[in-house]
Amino acid sequence: MNKAMNKPVLAVGPFHPLQEEMEYFQLTVDGEIVTDIDVRISYNHRGIEKISETLQFDQVPYLVSRVCGICSASHPLAYINAVEEIAGVTAPERAQYIRVIINELERIHSHLLWVGLGGHFIGYDTVFMWAWKYREPVLDLLEAITGNRNNYGNVCVGGCREDIPDEMIPKILKELDTIEKKTEMLTKAVLDDPVLHARLKGVGILTKEAAVKYAVTGPTARGSGIAIDVRHDDPYAAYGDLDWKVISQPEGDVFAKAVVRLLEIFESIKMIREALKKLPKGPIAVEVKQIPPGEGCGHAEAPRGETFHYVRSDGGNRPIRHKIRAPSYVNVPSFKASCIGQNISDVTLTLASVDPCYSCTERVAVVDSHHNIINDYEALLQMSRDKTARLKKEIGAPELKMEES
Amino acid sequence: MNREKLNNRLQKIKDKLIDIVQTRDRRIYISCESQNACDVCKFLFEDLTLRFIIATGIDSDNCFEVLYHFANDETGDIVTVKAIIRDRENPSIESITPFIPGAEWIEREIHDILGIEIKNHPNMRRLILHDDWPEGVYPLRKTRPEVNEGTVI
Repeated sequence: MNKAMNKPVLAVGPFHPLQEEMEYFQLTVDGEIVTDIDVRISYNHRGIEKISETLQFDQVPYLVSRVCGICSASHPLAYINAVEEIAGVTAPERAQYIRVIINELERIHSHLLWVGLGGHFIGYDTVFMWAWKYREPVLDLLEAITGNRNNYGNVCVGGCREDIPDEMIPKILKELDTIEKKTEMLTKAVLDDPVLHARLKGVGILTKEAAVKYAVTGPTARGSGIAIDVRHDDPYAAYGDLDWKVISQPEGDVFAKAVVRLLEIFESIKMIREALKKLPKGPIAVEVKQIPPGEGCGHAEAPRGETFHYVRSDGGNRPIRHKIRAPSYVNVPSFKASCIGQNISDVTLTLASVDPCYSCTERVAVVDSHHNIINDYEALLQMSRDKTARLKKEIGAPELKMEES
Repeated sequence: MNREKLNNRLQKIKDKLIDIVQTRDRRIYISCESQNACDVCKFLFEDLTLRFIIATGIDSDNCFEVLYHFANDETGDIVTVKAIIRDRENPSIESITPFIPGAEWIEREIHDILGIEIKNHPNMRRLILHDDWPEGVYPLRKTRPEVNEGTVI
């Protein structure tokens, strides 16, 4: 009999209803331990790089904001950094500050979304409900400023499209206070919980060496002790003027990544406050008539890591090449380093820990060569939750309770 | 590594390069022939410990280009290696995946969409294109693909 046929394989994917994209993971398992992982992507390839070549320079931001609904501020900003580099244009100061505010609001809502999903994966649905509840006002703020909850379409070559009116600033500050208080409570509840310590520590470790080899970025790298952040290393927009620090944790496990994200929310709130306080007066855009021939590299720190755009112009009104690298493109392959040797019940969480802009785990078939049991996604999720419940029992921890103020 | 050191170290591989251009502060473009690209990338990644960002394949006027973007996070520099492939009929380039595992996907993608052969790649399967996609049709090339009659793309 063919030996390869006997390999127990666990198929994860190719569609996930929680996150709107598709991906397929094939895990080879030995009993409960994962021994190999293979990924197939591009079920939903939209050819955005090719479409971009057919659009004019000022139309492209609206296209790239649709690369991902959650990162719809950082993609256009990275593109605009590249185009402004070619054109030699600098946006007015006020526009730079508005760009920071929109991008940091985006980071807060994206990180809260991840915290919620992480809770859901390990059976802490309370965390899921609360995190998403606190995320809602952030989206409302974005809607008030740009007109949209996602796909803000607020940046254009040479500046911004929508201004932040002065009368809105007190409202934003007030909301920030509430969000900060709620997030503080959530962070405390998560970081002090003994079950979560037991469940998340030492799970899905991505070592610093592996992180360098797989060239990961964002919270995935910062959770492995690599303190890189485009906002700090190559400051764009108004990040160079603001006072904040790069959060990093050395452990590399899921817990470290959760800590990095939670603490980053506070840094973002701090940044928005300072940006609103310093918000300079003046115009929000300069007119850009022509993009000369040339090439530019623009990058921006999206919630999930570095978003990189390369644009080449031949002096016409359309880019002749536009390369987009979203952060998950380098973060997802690092599963090869973090999942192998893991228990199956930890895999859903490890896969989710890089906050992949992706699908992950719907339609799971666990094929066990010894018993021929076929499970589905629900069963896998249940395994993950059962482990949490088991740990909870061992520790004797009470149910996670949160109080609303 | 600070900028001065970076510039000094780049001089070491000067015989492998065509030129070094700084377009603006923190953006460095170095171009080389395709056969030297692998060595240059290895030098940047292993000796200078720059971070690999991504590679870009371009169908240029009379050649193909593969750009390897690297970041020096201490100074915020982006160093782009421009590998020029002059053979348009059978374009090929050496794989960098053996020493940068993070480049596996992008090299498969470049192979899919531009038809550039990546030599010594450890896992050269299709990444972007579906298994049904006809052989020899590359969606990101500027030339119109010659497709057999009746082939549905």
